[in-house]
This record gives sequence, C-alpha cells and structure tokens, in this order.
Amino acid sequence: MSLLEIENLRLDIGDTSILKDIDLTIEQGEVMGLVGESGSGKSMTALTVMQLLPEAARAQGRVTFDGIDILSAPEAAMNKLRGDDIGMVFQEPMTALNPVKTIGEQVAEGIRWHTGANRADAEQTARQILDRVGLPEAKFPLARYPHELSGGQRQRVVIAIACALKPKLLIADEPTTALDVVLQQQILELLRDLVDERKMGLLLISHDLAVVADMADRITIMRHGEVMEDGETARTLSEQVHPYTRQLAQASMHVPARKRHATAAATADAPPLLSVENVIRDYPGRRTSLLRKPAPFRAVDGVSFSLRAGQSVALVGRSGCGKSTLARMVLALDRPTGGAIRLDGAEVSALGEDALKPHRRKMQVVFQDPYGSFNPRHKVERLVGEPLHLLERKPSAAERREMVADALHEVGLQPRDMDKYPHEFSGGQRQRISIARAIITRPRLVVADEPVSALDVSIRAQVLDLFADLNDRLGVAYLFITHDLTVARAITDEVMVMHEGRIVEEGRTGEVLDNPQSDAAKALVAAAPDLHRALRRRLAEQG
Amino acid sequence: MSMQPLSAEPTGWRALVRMAFANRSFLVGFIITALIAAMALVSFVWTPYDVTHLVVADRMKGLSAEHPFGTDHFGRDILSMIMVGSRNSIAVALVAVGIGMGIGVPLGCWAAARGGWIDEALMRFNDVVFAFPALLSAVMITAIFGPGAINAIIAIGIFNVPVFARVARAGALSLWPREYVLAARASGKGKALITIEHILPNIASILLVQGTIQFALGILAEAGLSYLGLGAQPPMPSWGRMLFDAQTRMMVAPHLAIFPGLAIVITVLGLNLLGDGLRDMLDPKLRRQR
Repeated sequence: MSLLEIENLRLDIGDTSILKDIDLTIEQGEVMGLVGESGSGKSMTALTVMQLLPEAARAQGRVTFDGIDILSAPEAAMNKLRGDDIGMVFQEPMTALNPVKTIGEQVAEGIRWHTGANRADAEQTARQILDRVGLPEAKFPLARYPHELSGGQRQRVVIAIACALKPKLLIADEPTTALDVVLQQQILELLRDLVDERKMGLLLISHDLAVVADMADRITIMRHGEVMEDGETARTLSEQVHPYTRQLAQASMHVPARKRHATAAATADAPPLLSVENVIRDYPGRRTSLLRKPAPFRAVDGVSFSLRAGQSVALVGRSGCGKSTLARMVLALDRPTGGAIRLDGAEVSALGEDALKPHRRKMQVVFQDPYGSFNPRHKVERLVGEPLHLLERKPSAAERREMVADALHEVGLQPRDMDKYPHEFSGGQRQRISIARAIITRPRLVVADEPVSALDVSIRAQVLDLFADLNDRLGVAYLFITHDLTVARAITDEVMVMHEGRIVEEGRTGEVLDNPQSDAAKALVAAAPDLHRALRRRLAEQG
Repeated sequence: MSMQPLSAEPTGWRALVRMAFANRSFLVGFIITALIAAMALVSFVWTPYDVTHLVVADRMKGLSAEHPFGTDHFGRDILSMIMVGSRNSIAVALVAVGIGMGIGVPLGCWAAARGGWIDEALMRFNDVVFAFPALLSAVMITAIFGPGAINAIIAIGIFNVPVFARVARAGALSLWPREYVLAARASGKGKALITIEHILPNIASILLVQGTIQFALGILAEAGLSYLGLGAQPPMPSWGRMLFDAQTRMMVAPHLAIFPGLAIVITVLGLNLLGDGLRDMLDPKLRRQR
C-alpha cells in the first residue's frame, strides 16, 4: 500500500469545479513532483491532503494516508496528523513564521503539542532538528526571532518545524520560489537529504520544471484541475508524450529569436546611451548608540558600466546584492551617494526633478509584480498614458487615446482594452500593459526589474518574445535585472554579475554563463536549475 | 502557486448596493443615520410645536398623545426639541470633522510625501496635540473665547486634525513604495500630483471610516460641551443642554433625561455601526472572506 493514495479526487468550491478526477500516489521515501501553471489546482490538492480547505469546499473521492481515510477523518484526528505525520512547508518564509515568537518556541510548539513532552525535552529536540537543517545552536540560538534571520534561514526554520517529528510525508508548496537560485539549491539539497535520511515521502509542488526534474522521482503534470500526465520524471520529460508536457518543457527553455545582435555591436564606437561612473549608494545603518553616528550600509559600491543604444544588458546577482538599488538610481528614483549617472550625455544624477523631466522620457521602467504596478482604481487608458505627462506639449484627449491605442497594439493588446481596469486582465496581459506604459514615450532605455519572474512559464516565453521583438523593431536598450540566468541568456547580449554591491564580472552573456570566472558567477551558474542538465543527469543515472 | 495579491477593485454601483444589503451593520447604521439626518432636515420646515414657545401650564407633562415624549420644565415639547437639537449636533460634528479632514489629511499626506525633518516635526507636533485631553481643552477654548456653537465647532475640530493627519500619513506611507507610485515618479509626476492621483483615492476609504467614527465622537463632544453650557446657547435647544436641565428633575420627570439621552446613544451607535460596516465593505481583505 502506498503512503498517500489519492483516487478520483473531485473538489468544488461553491459552484466552481476546482479539481477533477485527480489520481496520485506517493510511496515511502519517494519524491513526487507536482507541476502546473498558476490556477492548475496544485496547492488545492496539497490542502486537500492536509484538510485545510476553505469552508465552502466539498471534496469527493478517496484520499488515504497511511491507511487513514482523510476525507472522512474528524478534525481532531487531522490535528493529530498535521505537523506530526504530515509536515508542510509553505512558499513564503516571511509569513509562515510568527514574528513575535522565537524560532525555538515555534519549533518546540509542535513537539510539545504532539508528544506531550515537557519544555526542556521539546527544546532539546528542537535544538537537534535546527542543527540538522543547518542552524546550529552556537550560531543561531533558540532565542532568535524570525526577523533576525535571512530569507533562506527562515525557510530552514519552516522546514525544521515541518520535519521536527519525523513526518512520513512532507508537502512542500513552492518552497524555494521566494528565494534566489543559490539559496534555492541549498534548500532543495536539504530537502533531498532529509528524504533520503528518513525515508519520508515528499510532495514537491513547483511551477519550475527544472527544479522538479532535478528533485522528483516521479512527476504529475496538472492543468485546469486535471492531471495531464504522470510518470517517471526523466522519461516523462524527455519523451514528452502529452502535448501539454511538451508545451511546458518548450516554454521553460524558450529563447526568443533576435536579430539585433549585429547592429548593437556595429555601433560600438558611438557614445554610450547610459554611463554609470563609480556610483556609490549608502543607506543609514542601524543606530547602536544614541551619541555615535551609525555606520552606513553600502548597498552599491563603486559600480561603473556603460550601455549603448539598442543594447540589451542583464544585471544578475543574488537577492540583496544591490541590483534593484542600482536600477532605481539609473531611473533617477533614488540618488547616488557618490559617482555620476549620465543618460545621453546629461548627468541625470545631478539634476533636480524639473530639469529631469525631459530626460525621463528617454527611460522607462517595467516592474516585477504585474499586480502591484498599477493603481487598481484607474483604467488602462490612464495607466498606460501616465508617462505622456512627460511630453512637452500636452496631447489632446483624442491624441492621447490614439497614442495609448498604438502602445497597446505594439504589445499585442486590443485598443478597446484601454477602457478596462487592470484586474480584468491576466498576469501576462498585465505585464504587457506594463510594457505598453514603458514604451509609450518611445524611450531609448527600458529598465526591467525581474519582469518575468512572477509569470508562468508559457506566459513568460510570450513576454520574453515581446521584449525581443520591441528591441528589434524600436531599438530600445534594456537593462534587465534578474536572478534567473535562463532569462538573461534568452534576451541579453551582455551580462554583469553583481555581488555585495560590486560588479564582479561582465562580458558577453553566453561566454560568462558558460565559463564563469568569479566565485559569485560560478555559484550562480552552478545553482541555476537547468532542465537539460537535470534530465541528462537522471538519464545517466539510469544508464 | 502564488496567491493573487488582494487589491481594491473598482466596483459598479449595483455591486456596491448588493454589498450594502449583505452587510448588516452597515445597513442598520445607515438606516439610523439616515433617519436622524431626515429628522434634522424635517425640523427646518416642521416640528410638532414651536420650541421657543413656552406654555408654563403644560410644564413637565408625561407622555401623551399631544406630546409623545412629554414636555420640559417650561412646557416645551420634548420631541420638537430633540428634532431641532439634532440639527445642532449634526452641524457641529459635521463641520468639526470637516475641519479635521481639511487640515489633517493634507498635513498627513505632506508629511508622508516629504519625509525627513518635515515629517518628523509634523508628527511630533501631532503627538503634542494628542497629549492634551481633547474635551478638557475644548472646554478651555470655549471658556476663553466664550460659549457658542461656533467656538464648540472650532474646539472639537482642532482635536480632529491630528487624528486625520496620522491616519492619512500611515495610509500614504504604505502606498509610496508601491510600484505604481514608482512608475508614476518615473513618468516625471511630482509629489503633489502623485498624492492627488494615486495616494488620495487609495486612502479615501480609510479616511471615510475614520470620518464616521470622528463624527460620532464629535456628537458626543458637542453634547458634553452643551451640557456644561459651553455649546449652543438657549433658546437654541441642544441634546446636551436638555440633559443638564433634566438632571435636577430626574426623580420627578425622568423622561426629561431619557429621550435626549437616547437620542445621543442611538445616533452614536448608528454612526459607529455605519463606520464598522463601511470598513468591512471597503476593506477588500475582509470582503473576500465573506
């Protein structure tokens, strides 16, 4: 008998059908990868197993865990299971921990509740498991609070809580999506070691095929609440029998066709469009004494680079390396503490807001979060037309609509979309609106801060195509900020690797990523999930 | 799978009406408030009796068909006095909230937009105003400048300013780092324009909720001031003054105190329910949970 058996699971919330005929089994010590795009029902499947569904949800079918019928189990029995035999790791380590309790308390809490152990014994067990997940007590005492830890360390605490009682099944719902690639690799390694060590079953939910290919023994691919295909990971992903599997695999390795490589190089002698000279940005540090001035924190430390018209450059690095701070300074949303930023010869970093206005037209921005980058109360016409404020002559209402319609057309949307509100669009469409807003003034430089990392793979491929196409047709130069090397490889000519506020390596994208020289770049490249590599390794293991 | 961030979605009028009917505290609060407001409006054109007309022969009559709420010690009809008194309470509270919003919201938005020492100075000044006991200080202001409705309005209004400044600043501060505000800045819009276009519409709901709560507090404060004889002056009836007149006759004619007291309680209750309901309706997080 399998550890977890889901048969014919059907889930409805109100009148909406969420899951249809889900079949899934997990054996002891097996890693099952559950893959699908947002809204495919991955998380709902996991929540059904935990019986943490919303009130109005009705589940039918059979879910058996270790011989227990979960769907008919009373709440008291589920409380015994949750956190004891079934552990769960959530996506967002920021919100999965209680900010007012120490990590020791939070790990010990479950132990005491499930085993009735006294405080001292529970803390002893907590100490052991925290040590196991890489937070030894000497460096991370139990009295630490979550805010004193980094994102990766917090996720380790969450894993410690989930694994403290040696569960038989661990459910990890996008456990590394909020982390950068290096941390992602560390957390995945930890999960794999725990599975091997304890013969746990692991249900790994992810939208990233490369991560799943690397981790999972078997894979289940979901779409619209239904299982499309399931089977042994390497075979399923290399044979790609099901059309949707092929579509997903291709989208996650998609490289847009680009024509401009040559022209960008041909204008190498022209003066640079953007030049960043020895830029420094200090933030006030934490005050340690009332009288002493706090030592500043240097987020960006002497960065210099230049970017030519029409060139596409990636700025990659781990989270917290200063890449977003640098981007804001390039956009003149933040001022450097030292150094100069020149756009088209003008030193924008020294100009006041009024003097900046004509220069702002030449640079625009696309943000990561397609939900947060629009005022929810404005219609698309107003959102996309916002930068028209920068034109010297105010366009008339008709001209304005015309320009918005043009910009929407450029990004593949309909002119009639301008009378809708942003919530009426999907994530990918919103990112198109975001791009339309960025190009409406025909800027020469677009700074894109993780523009595709919140998107599903198939939508990501389309948006990358759009970026490449706009670069070809309009000659827009890009500064692409990303932690995803696949994106950098797909869309940029050159790459700069940033580490702790400095640029430690730069060069042509392919060369740097294939043959990294600096330690920071090597670490990034080694940690980046790669579907081809993972599949090659798996197939080689099987011989 | 990532959760969709909760965002305030623009809703049509029909959806708004449907939501209002689904929200019991809003509905009850709205009906009470509307009734009180209607009563105040009606009192301009019609009251059962003239409130300035004294009929000593009818003094301190109990409840009857002619005088449903009885009469006071001068023989005036209490129902008519409550109707006219509501005018005063509403006007004072409304203008006081207006003063608070009109000064407090721009101050709070300015502090949030500018930051630095301006923010610090404005908020510390706020703290200082907060440190004064509001009602006692209002008593002091009216005592110095003389009693009367206008001075009561100003005294209550001043102490509404820091409340709205604080709420507006807190709301605005959480919006400034949003990406759509950054995008507006990248579009060269100045801080004033961004505040008008992006900040204010998105903090309007919390300001509205705070407004109803301050309105209720304003009614209470006005009643307190007129009770002390510092609010509206006779012959203008006011709820607080009616309570004051009633207190020495509590044993003889309790209805003198009960009806103005009930008027105050019901109005404040209605406004608080309205505020609670509005908060639930306008907070998209709470709305989704329903």
